[in-house]
Amino acid sequence: MSIKYTKDHEWVTVEDDIATVGVSVYAQEQLGDVVFVEVPEVGRTLDKGDELAVVESVKAASEVYAPIGGEVLEVNNDLEDNPSQVNEDAQGSGWFAKVKISDASELDDLMDEAAYKEYTEGLA
Amino acid sequence: MRYMPHTAEERAEMLKKIGVSSVDELFVDIPEEARLNDLLDLPTHAPEMVVEKKMQAYGLKNLSPAEVPSFLGAGAYRHHVPTVVDHLVQRSEFLTAYTPYQPEISQGTLQALFEFQTQVAMITGMDVANASMYDGATACAEAVLMSCRATRRKKAILSGNLHPHYREVTETTVQYTEFKVNSKSPVVEGPEDFSEELDQEIACVVVQNPDFFGRLQDLAELAEKCHEVGALLVVVVTEVVSLGAIKSPGEMGADIVVGEGQSIGVPLSYGGPYVGLFATKQKYVRQMPGRLCGETVDQEGKRGYVLTLSTREQHIRREKATSNICTNAGLCSLAFSIHMSLLGETGFKKLAMLNHGEAVAASEKIDAIEGVRVVNETFFNEFTVELPVKAEQAVERLAERNILGGIPVSRLLPEHAEFDNLLLVTVTETNTEEEVDQLVDALKEIANA
Amino acid sequence: MLNNVGRPTRPDAANHDDLLMEETFTGNKALNLETPLIFEQGVKGRIGVDMAEPRAIKNRLGGLEKSEDIGLPDLSEPQVLRHYVRLSRQNYSIDAGFYPLGSCTMKHNPRINEKSARMKGLGDIHPLQPVSTVQGALELIDDLAHWLKTITGMPAVAMSPAAGAHGELCGVMAIKAAHDAKGENRSIILVPESAHGTNPATAALCGYKVQSVPARKDGRMDIEAFEAALSPEVAGVMLTNPNTCGLFENEIKKIAELIHRVGGYFYCDGANLNAILGRTRPGDLGVDAMHINLHKTFSTPHGGGGPGSGPVVLSEALAPFAPVPYVVKSDEGYSLQENVTGSAGKSFGRMKTFHGQMGMFIRAMAYMLSHGSDGLRQIAEDAVLNANYVRVGLNDLLHSPFDGICMHEALFDDSTLKNTGVTTLDIAKAMIDEGYHPMTMYFPLVVHGAMLIEPTESETKETLDLFIGSMRHLIEKAQKGNDPDFFTQAPKYSPRRRLDETAAARKPVLRWSKENAA
Repeated sequence: MSIKYTKDHEWVTVEDDIATVGVSVYAQEQLGDVVFVEVPEVGRTLDKGDELAVVESVKAASEVYAPIGGEVLEVNNDLEDNPSQVNEDAQGSGWFAKVKISDASELDDLMDEAAYKEYTEGLA
Repeated sequence: MRYMPHTAEERAEMLKKIGVSSVDELFVDIPEEARLNDLLDLPTHAPEMVVEKKMQAYGLKNLSPAEVPSFLGAGAYRHHVPTVVDHLVQRSEFLTAYTPYQPEISQGTLQALFEFQTQVAMITGMDVANASMYDGATACAEAVLMSCRATRRKKAILSGNLHPHYREVTETTVQYTEFKVNSKSPVVEGPEDFSEELDQEIACVVVQNPDFFGRLQDLAELAEKCHEVGALLVVVVTEVVSLGAIKSPGEMGADIVVGEGQSIGVPLSYGGPYVGLFATKQKYVRQMPGRLCGETVDQEGKRGYVLTLSTREQHIRREKATSNICTNAGLCSLAFSIHMSLLGETGFKKLAMLNHGEAVAASEKIDAIEGVRVVNETFFNEFTVELPVKAEQAVERLAERNILGGIPVSRLLPEHAEFDNLLLVTVTETNTEEEVDQLVDALKEIANA
Repeated sequence: MLNNVGRPTRPDAANHDDLLMEETFTGNKALNLETPLIFEQGVKGRIGVDMAEPRAIKNRLGGLEKSEDIGLPDLSEPQVLRHYVRLSRQNYSIDAGFYPLGSCTMKHNPRINEKSARMKGLGDIHPLQPVSTVQGALELIDDLAHWLKTITGMPAVAMSPAAGAHGELCGVMAIKAAHDAKGENRSIILVPESAHGTNPATAALCGYKVQSVPARKDGRMDIEAFEAALSPEVAGVMLTNPNTCGLFENEIKKIAELIHRVGGYFYCDGANLNAILGRTRPGDLGVDAMHINLHKTFSTPHGGGGPGSGPVVLSEALAPFAPVPYVVKSDEGYSLQENVTGSAGKSFGRMKTFHGQMGMFIRAMAYMLSHGSDGLRQIAEDAVLNANYVRVGLNDLLHSPFDGICMHEALFDDSTLKNTGVTTLDIAKAMIDEGYHPMTMYFPLVVHGAMLIEPTESETKETLDLFIGSMRHLIEKAQKGNDPDFFTQAPKYSPRRRLDETAAARKPVLRWSKENAA
């Protein structure tokens, strides 16, 4: 399945029933140099919209919300030593967490690539 | 008025430039009925000479511990502060600078903070320290809040031998949060036992060393027990000079060390401003309250310092901040740092052993008085004395003889009538042998009256 | 030489390498003198304090004798003195130059204040001496309290809070305790979106949910939105007045009336009291609690970030909940109420180890005596005059987001810098090269690229004219747009150029250590 986005600039990709979550390239540009990412605990169960992570730049801290509910299976511990991956490869090696999806229909109201592009252009 | 430069002509010229006809027009947003037309009912301005006399008059009504034999402690200690310390903290560039928000023109304050953080981490045996807190008690309260955040637990245990004011400030600070503190009863003799309360729900145990009664204890076993159930050990130090003589809390397994830094470099000043110390392990850095100074480089690759990790703080996180604190004890932490630099390793340890030696000698003389007993087996420079009379009365009678002979335990623990005869006595390097003898003679009279 | 996080280990060029592009061998430039960390100096066995030899005694340390090295360096007195003198010279200060840092009230710090704080019987007394031996100290605290109550028109004051944010905590705790005493469990504190960050942080620490109230187009709180947000769940409102945009909340009496009507309390952040001294009293405006920053309004030195002092004036409704200890005056003299018992039975507790920031009380007292009622009023008038003078001196080049007269500080946004490639930050850094401490930038958050300029009453017209001239020069240069490097490369003449804050936060190095020093 392809990538989907939220209005809060999280992205999600799905493989079987596992969702990988991060923040968009657009979001990292807005944040500036990311200095720290507080990832969730493995094993925590999140509802859609719950705080999933906090991403910090030098002058700002932003909450990242779960684009989909489920149990956190794995987190990207590399971010602890290399938070710059969020800037360099936000939608690749800068992923935050993998979540076991509890209700796939929650994906339905997310934006696809084209819709998100249009959405971000509208923000400028 | 000497502090305000404008002449009447200048004011008129400036008002004209602004486009108003009188200064009153600058205050039109104040609701009419709340505007003050007359001067406040207070004296009018005064020449410096008059102010100086008035201020001196306040001071002359007090009995200065610098002038008489004085043996006061219980969280504030009289030590000799080298002249250089006060000279340096009065330099304009330290005294009249703001928080170092523009690091390019604040490297003096920033490097001094970085050195302060290092010194505090070293003496407490911890990895990192912050740029200071208001005082020891507020640092203690912040340590409890931080322990709860770090462990995601909600209960803290406070030792009964924690300074009663530290206990009160901690209870006050957490009372409206989701966290709870369980304060134990004081134990003057014998060990304090936490085994009943300590379980998987406890975020931290807070103990003081030397404790409120002056006693020293090895905390290694308690640290182990805390760690077994996933709780943190918070160690409070109210007399920081003791760290030059005894094992650091870090060596004994503490996770957070907080304390009062007043003893090093800061005058007694009737209770403030003082300097709260806060140190912890590297892994808890992002949970720490207060300001932090960190090392970096400038555009040209030169080493420099900045305030860092500020995303924890109130001006960014607002209601999600680790604490609402927005200042540190700036100048007091500088005074601490300068005094500590003057002492160095050699001087700090020597000062500690000098204090201990004087206190041991004095305790032996006091213990030899008939009817008087030194309660402590162990202590650093402060110990508890049991008198045959109420300590509060004894202190008043000593004051009549111009001796500040100690602090009655009942002043801080009035609800414990069983402590009414206990007196806290502190002896530091500032006390002469003659002063100790004066105290001993007076106590003899009072004890046997 | 680089340390293990890849940064230079020394500020000087004694260890030459490619990173340090120094023009001199030492790294010093005439009067601009570097000093290594204190830990990189010293030789074991030196000492900066002479003292008697410790007695030979049988120790009572209970087996806890220290055996390990602490790691502190040993230095002589002149070495230490030189180190800190060199450090001091890398700081900007109000004594050295104009410091128009908005919201911080960087005014002259009179030296009689410093002298007083060190007087015999004031600077050297112990907080737990018998009360009979500190009557002068208690009298001073009581006199200062009288001045603060008179200036604010409030019936009571809690003296112990250590700083502004600590004062806020005191005020909001009193509000919480007052509701609790009535058996009411309210959950919300209203805070305008332009508030200091300490306001929401404080409310959260007292268990309140924070609800933000938007601002109106004229920079004041939106009173309709405020009214709509009111309910029996609202415990109080925290409002700064004059507010963080440098404007007086002209509907403040209505705000007080509305919050009281739903049974809530009015907390006023008194950070900007300087603007209204002797011109109006918070007590006449319906305020229930307000902290006073002695380190702003009453000139106790900022000391590079503290110590502060934040007494809180309280209304009759909140006074019974004030923290201990406090001074009680009677025919027999002064005494201290130190415990939550008797007349203090409703007190919400204790906030500080001892009585408060006595050293700051002494300084503030000397300051108030020096000014008197006439001088205090003159402070407000000249502070507001100076701010408006700067405002009209710049408002053809910089845009004021809110029209009209300001109080003690002038606020501009960055709209006239749009498309110049120069930001508020760049202007601030260029001001450093011109010999100024920059204004407050990017605060309040509600104004884009905010520049908040607070000149205070201490400054001469000549200083303001030169400042206006320098600002005009910089802004015109930026607007020409032909030399953005001039700004992005600033400051050029400070002891350090722009510092890498990202590197500092990504790999925090918060202390010196042998291992780190490589």
